[in-house]
Amino acid sequence: MAQSSNGTNNFKVVLLGEGCVGKTSILLRYIEDKFNEKHLSTLQATFLNKKLNINGKRINLSIWDTAGQERFHALGPIYYRNSNGAILVYDITDQYSFVKVKNWVKELKKMLGSDIVLAIAGNKIDLDHERAVSLEEATQYAEQVGAKHYHTSAKINEGVEELFLNLTRDMLERYESKKQTEVTRSSRVLVVDDEAPPPSSCCSSFMGA
Amino acid sequence: MASTSKDVPTSPSGHDNTDDDLEPGASYDSILNPTDSFEEFATEMNTSLERSRDLTKKSSTISEIQSEIGECSKELKETKSSDNLQNKDEAISASTSNSNLDENGEDTDNEDDYLKSPELVNKEKHVFILSSAGKPIYSRYGNEDKLAGVCGVIQALVSVVEEQNRDILRSIITKDCKAVFLVKGPLILVAVSKSNESETQLVLQLTYAFNQIVSVLTLTQLNRIFEQRRNYDLRRLLSGAERLIDNLLIFMEKDPAFLLGAVRCLPLPEKVRENITNAIISTCHKIRDLVFAILIAGNQLITLVRMKKYTLHPSDIHLLFNLVRSSESFKTAESWTPICLPKFDATGFLHGHVSYISEDCQACLLLLTVQRDAFYPLSQAKHTISDKLRRSNCLTAINDALNRSKDLPTTNPLKHIGIPEIRHFMYKCKSTAQLFTSDPICLDRLQDYRQRHKEGGDVVKKKVEKLSDIDYVRNYREFCSKMHCACSPAKLIFRSNSLDTVLAWITNGFELYVTFDPLMEKDQAIRAVDRLLRWIKNEEKRIFIMNAPTF
Repeated sequence: MAQSSNGTNNFKVVLLGEGCVGKTSILLRYIEDKFNEKHLSTLQATFLNKKLNINGKRINLSIWDTAGQERFHALGPIYYRNSNGAILVYDITDQYSFVKVKNWVKELKKMLGSDIVLAIAGNKIDLDHERAVSLEEATQYAEQVGAKHYHTSAKINEGVEELFLNLTRDMLERYESKKQTEVTRSSRVLVVDDEAPPPSSCCSSFMGA
Repeated sequence: MASTSKDVPTSPSGHDNTDDDLEPGASYDSILNPTDSFEEFATEMNTSLERSRDLTKKSSTISEIQSEIGECSKELKETKSSDNLQNKDEAISASTSNSNLDENGEDTDNEDDYLKSPELVNKEKHVFILSSAGKPIYSRYGNEDKLAGVCGVIQALVSVVEEQNRDILRSIITKDCKAVFLVKGPLILVAVSKSNESETQLVLQLTYAFNQIVSVLTLTQLNRIFEQRRNYDLRRLLSGAERLIDNLLIFMEKDPAFLLGAVRCLPLPEKVRENITNAIISTCHKIRDLVFAILIAGNQLITLVRMKKYTLHPSDIHLLFNLVRSSESFKTAESWTPICLPKFDATGFLHGHVSYISEDCQACLLLLTVQRDAFYPLSQAKHTISDKLRRSNCLTAINDALNRSKDLPTTNPLKHIGIPEIRHFMYKCKSTAQLFTSDPICLDRLQDYRQRHKEGGDVVKKKVEKLSDIDYVRNYREFCSKMHCACSPAKLIFRSNSLDTVLAWITNGFELYVTFDPLMEKDQAIRAVDRLLRWIKNEEKRIFIMNAPTF
């Protein structure tokens, strides 16, 4: 969302979805390239940073991994507010977890409009023989709400890297096109942080440097 | 030494003349609410009569703090909107919980067989939690889905006594088994035990289990759910939290801190503890919404800094210990989690930034606030604190204490005291609700948590050659319940036989349990206890937290 003084782009990403669909496992695979067979359900939200480089641009992802249990649902806004991207995870063997993804999409659209880049991840594709959510249904829904759909398996390490990489590219693209329109709209003012009040012109010259 | 020796009672019979201020470990200020878990038991039994609905009358501590820092109105609005989300969710869940009920119906045919399965037979202690409508919520062993019949029987027993006799079912005692019942709000909790724990001790454990549920949901939410739908399947909301109850039950059986309603501190040089506390205060004193900053390691308290006016109850700290011990994920990343501390305020959540201080130091820092958006400033504060502690070598000192470095006198107190006849002791300073034992419960041993639905917990009759610290604590249970017996409490018990000699002693200032070699003479034991108390007095600044710092 913001560009710090050293030129690093900071993006906030939140992982949402029903309990036990594999949010923490996806993240653990991405950050540490590990898989924990015995992982127990996450009972709180955890915060992690990941640095990466795309086309020579330094990017820092601040990732919120949330707890999927029902009782934590009401806390969602704490984590998704000001997010640039959301990864909505479901378990391909569990139809209800896909319903839950739809609920999250509705809530995010309502609260954040279309400012947020959405990625829907069907996890546990290593269990394809137990699939309960059809591929067509999922991709069709994703397209309909303007989200990209991914297939992942944290266990056999499939699609995870791609998921984060593409999401980051999309966020970067969204950020730059937004910056572009802001620039053309008022050529002297550059809105850098959507949280801060519109910066004055002296500010913009500083940030632009 | 000479100057302090006259401050120490010379014999147990002389305790009436002793000045309380001078009991080892006593101080004028306490970070903890001094408690007596057994006194609390009495109130527990009384409130369960009224179904503890009076909580609404009492104003919430959390909103009090919020209004003090001028955040009240904003926060209220936020909770309201999120409550709506919650309700929507409950509507969805209603349909799914109904389908669960149908499945239960099919299972009941096989239930008789299931009750005889090794998963359930011959366990030392069962704990069942069900809703007052009789719906299973938790079973320590086995699958609660298959125990719908048992839960029905429990519910029937409780309600028959309640409705027909206008009375409360407290316990059913058979030759080798006690069944203890506790009705709290919309829940019924039952312990069926073959252990030597007293009825009172079992009720306390059930109260803890109830508080663990409250800690996850808040009492407000728990009551509201069952007001709206008496038949609600609470397991939906508790999913993942069964593990917390599992671990808590094991923890309570092993750690005397629960038995005595006290908190154990990590022994540290006075100066080190002071540095740690100052690092926290100097970093956090400007964060207005912060209520408690707590540093713990290995189920022991290192320091607790608090907002003025507010103290913590030992049982709330025990729940925090249990949470940290049960959550591996705290180790890998910073966490942000809602926590309800039932004694502090059962009606609302505090929000906690929880993280380990660094990769090379297994101390866990909890920063508890009333502000649910405070993650980033608290994350910043944590990093500052961690840097300060590293620079001042406090992390090394914590590690030394945790690894029980041989150079520290507190690592092996019995050796240091030099009374070979003493095998084990535990000492509680009543005014500060802190505990010290000769042999801190080894962490490795606490890690062998039994997996849910798995083997373990069976009654075993073994001949023990060498007692472990846990076995000593088991023995103290009986003494403890005699000392606190409501009808005829004892001040001093001395029992000597061919197995061992046990002395239990309560004064206004402390509670002490000592195990000696067998067949000790009484005056010999009393002389040893005098020396022991002198040692504790001498080391009190290391083994106890002697002040009550605030931000």
